[in-house]
Amino acid sequence: MTVAANLSPHAPAAQDGASDPGFALYVHWPFCLAKCPYCDFNSHVRSTAIDEDRYVAAFRAEIRHRAEIAPGRIVRSIFFGGGTPSLMRPQTVQAIIDAIAEAWSVMPGAEITLEANPTSVEAGRFRGYRAAGVNRLSIGVQALNDADLKFLGRRHNVEEALAALKIAASIFSRHSFDLIYARPGQSLEAWRAELAQALDLAGEHLSLYQLTIEPDTMFERLWKAGKLAVPDADLGRELFDATQEITQAHGMPAYEVSNHARPGAESQHNLVYWRYGEYAGIGPGAHGRLITPAGRRAQSAEKHPEMWLTQVESEGHGLIENELLTAEEQGDEFLLMGLRLTEGIDPERFKALSGRTLDERQISTLTADGFLVADEAGRVRVTPLGFPLLDSVVADLAA
Amino acid sequence: MLIVYKRNLALRAAPAVRARCLPASSPIEVPFPAPRCYARASFIHGHCAKAKSTDMTTHTIDNIRNFSIVAHIDHGKSTLADRLIQETGTVAARDMSEQILDSMDIERERGITIKAQTVRLDYVAKDGRAYVLNLMDTPGHVDFAYEVSRSLAACEGSLLVVDASQGVEAQTLANVYHALDAGHEIVPVLNKIDLPAAEPERIKQQIEDVIGLDASEAVPISAKTGLNIDLVLEAIVKRLPPPKGDETAPLKALLVDSWYDAYLGVVVLVRVIDGVLRKGTRIRMMGADAHYEVDRIGIFRPKMTDAAELGPGEIGYITAQIKQVADTRVGDTITDDKRPTAEALPGFKPAQPVVFCGLFPVDAADFEDLRAAMGRLRLNDASFSYEMETSAALGFGFRCGFLGLLHLEIIQERLEREFNLDLIATAPSVIYQIGLTDKTTIELHNPADMPDVVKIEEIREPWIKATILTPDDYLGAVLKLCQDRRGAQIDLNYVGKRAMVVYDLPLNEVVFDFYDRLKSISKGYASFDYTLTDYRAGDLVKMSILVNAEPVDALSMLVHRDRAESRGRAMVEKLRELIPQHMFQIPIQAAIGGKIIARETIRALRKDVTAKCYGGDATRKRKLLDKQKAGKKKMRQFGKVDIPQEAFIAALKMDD
Repeated sequence: MTVAANLSPHAPAAQDGASDPGFALYVHWPFCLAKCPYCDFNSHVRSTAIDEDRYVAAFRAEIRHRAEIAPGRIVRSIFFGGGTPSLMRPQTVQAIIDAIAEAWSVMPGAEITLEANPTSVEAGRFRGYRAAGVNRLSIGVQALNDADLKFLGRRHNVEEALAALKIAASIFSRHSFDLIYARPGQSLEAWRAELAQALDLAGEHLSLYQLTIEPDTMFERLWKAGKLAVPDADLGRELFDATQEITQAHGMPAYEVSNHARPGAESQHNLVYWRYGEYAGIGPGAHGRLITPAGRRAQSAEKHPEMWLTQVESEGHGLIENELLTAEEQGDEFLLMGLRLTEGIDPERFKALSGRTLDERQISTLTADGFLVADEAGRVRVTPLGFPLLDSVVADLAA
Repeated sequence: MLIVYKRNLALRAAPAVRARCLPASSPIEVPFPAPRCYARASFIHGHCAKAKSTDMTTHTIDNIRNFSIVAHIDHGKSTLADRLIQETGTVAARDMSEQILDSMDIERERGITIKAQTVRLDYVAKDGRAYVLNLMDTPGHVDFAYEVSRSLAACEGSLLVVDASQGVEAQTLANVYHALDAGHEIVPVLNKIDLPAAEPERIKQQIEDVIGLDASEAVPISAKTGLNIDLVLEAIVKRLPPPKGDETAPLKALLVDSWYDAYLGVVVLVRVIDGVLRKGTRIRMMGADAHYEVDRIGIFRPKMTDAAELGPGEIGYITAQIKQVADTRVGDTITDDKRPTAEALPGFKPAQPVVFCGLFPVDAADFEDLRAAMGRLRLNDASFSYEMETSAALGFGFRCGFLGLLHLEIIQERLEREFNLDLIATAPSVIYQIGLTDKTTIELHNPADMPDVVKIEEIREPWIKATILTPDDYLGAVLKLCQDRRGAQIDLNYVGKRAMVVYDLPLNEVVFDFYDRLKSISKGYASFDYTLTDYRAGDLVKMSILVNAEPVDALSMLVHRDRAESRGRAMVEKLRELIPQHMFQIPIQAAIGGKIIARETIRALRKDVTAKCYGGDATRKRKLLDKQKAGKKKMRQFGKVDIPQEAFIAALKMDD
């Protein structure tokens, strides 16, 4: 691994009024072996082999392009997401990390995460990723029973998942895994038991997502046809509350709506998003937020992998959207992201971004109803009562 | 009165001519070049061509016939008018468009006429004499009963058009009585006799039985095919009397109607009774006590066509630098200021609003636009009144007065359609008379302004006499509806297979949704008409609606005590469906004073949180938030509760 030690001579422009939430890189690998029925992410299935060298060259070009827009930053985190990044050859991962380190300074000990599926084939590459510089693994376990794994369209079974977790723990000092709950037919008791088992297996970090029926997915089609009975709002709420209670009791409280960690083991990468820091999105469909002299820009790249590749090769970048955000938009995004964290937001930073103060009347109403609290340090936080209704809370504050 | 830019026939008929006809530097001021409707305007025929000779010397008053057409909606009034215009060659065939007199969109769509208008037809009768026929098209709806009576007063006779298969309808009855009251000779005309279902003999009998008119010489026609239109023209000449008038007497003319024209200002439709009205005459409006100088005078063919003068019995228009329609009063007498007539025409009365409701912009930012739009409508419709109103629930808006429900609907529709405004209308209310303990009486236009109950001695409400004609099959349902609405039956008769019911009804029960209900229970076959009769004391109470324990002023209403509970229950049930779930539980209550008479509860939202966001894609979440924000904007925040606008509108449309 090559980590450049030369610090940029000029100070990064990443700050916008408050403490520096940092700079991170998101790298998107858009391919999967199969499309899961619940997934609306930018993932594609190809029947022929992927020319990874060609993609590496394109990733390099994208990295250079973003470094021109946002030079001199210090990289706090790199995240390989997908798609299925654990389908990449380790040398591909290595080449991308090297390119990032050539373009910016990477902070010593920076968090470098890769999302992996727990099939035996992919577990065989874990050591290679470690050698390439990856120091944190995020494993898509999703369920701890075979029937549900099959229902979710996963290609692994519980046995493989447990084996993969073991291998990951032996190679990586930091790892996390994901579970999807509120699955069709899942009872409160079944989830309690499954979650207890998960906590026994967990290292320092867990992501626990309630199943959401997303637009244009197989699950949506089934659900609209009345063939998919997802838990209603009442059961969804009970499942959410039970999740908070059990994880808390096991020393892994939520630090974000769906993310749990032992204190100090939070994902640095996601904290950059949620604290509304700067991030560059590299790869098909990747999103970024970069601060330029003109202001904060919302960027996104062409989603279709081959079209992205062609565009990068001809134009030197894959961006199809590169808009300056208005003060109002930045304020809204800051609320949307920041209030997901239990640490809450700094109202002063909201003011600096949006040019307005938070509506006192809304704050006091939401506080009186127990959904929001302002702490001694002046931060505004959503309470455990508020988290299950977060979208409504944000809408009230943003309105 | 109602409609603005009526005489746009020329524009529609010959759009290509328009540019040429408008002088390059028009001497006519265009006060506001704003929304699309205002682009409509007439131009004076005389601008581009020399006015046709309107030399009055060729005919005498004996050769004039002024007539109106009385008919129910869909019985063919407008089609007959079109045929008469065509048959007399008044409008060239290539310029004919369907229903030439109903020029406003709303009129065409609904098949109703809401502004009087007239057309002059030249007709050479079979006796070889040339006649001048003035066809007066009158508004046909009860809301405009006064305007109808003034239009009828300008004529000596009427054609009563009855569908030869449908027969006499409630509206026909009301209008034919108005015509008889005006002393008209009436020629019955049976239309649609070409249809297989036509039963001319039965309908003739019906006209004789129900109206008491001799129908033996009714003219059988088909306005659609043009059959026997010549017989109608002959009947007009032979059976209707000529007007009477004295050319040498002081000027006396009836102000029949008026409207605002973007180029000409206010155009006044007049019928000369005595004397001669000329360009340059200094006229006096006797009721309004205002003076003007006539600067343009002419007749309708149906385009405005300049004329030198209007003599006794003639119908035409004048313009006189009148700024707004509110300065002209329908029914007023116009006379010569220098040589005034001793006696004004009888029957003049100012317009009285009957129904009130609040109109509020959905988006509070549109308030000023709404104010401007109302000002513009008012320019042309003096019977529509408005004053600013503030509602805790709805913010700034206007309390508006209307001649009736149709008038209300028309104004609301025009505000939305022509001025692009989204409006919230509160439940319509009638004018209550409140007798106070200090023996004074106040008029209550808005339930929110109701005085403290301890100061009230009695509340009086307006009553109407309603006439309903319905096929026998629906009679039971119609009677039940009238009973449910506190009606008292006055009469029940059979007219062939149809029942005619006359009821006394409180108007506040009718403004609610009576007409919609009547249509729905009779599958559209029942017809309805009413006249205001008197005010009667009633056991009325103010029902408040509380959302999350706070009264919502815009939803309060006066109801009869016996009806309060059922209406309160219906209201809270409806609101429970319409108000979205919030983060907290919301009680919805109907109350009279401090007493809760109905209650529903909206459960608190249980879960509303996005589980996952895809790798830093804040844009997608932000766009969802934008949608939420836009949705919230369409709602009214009341206390902590967002109430969608449909909730206010639903108050208008409740089923029992």
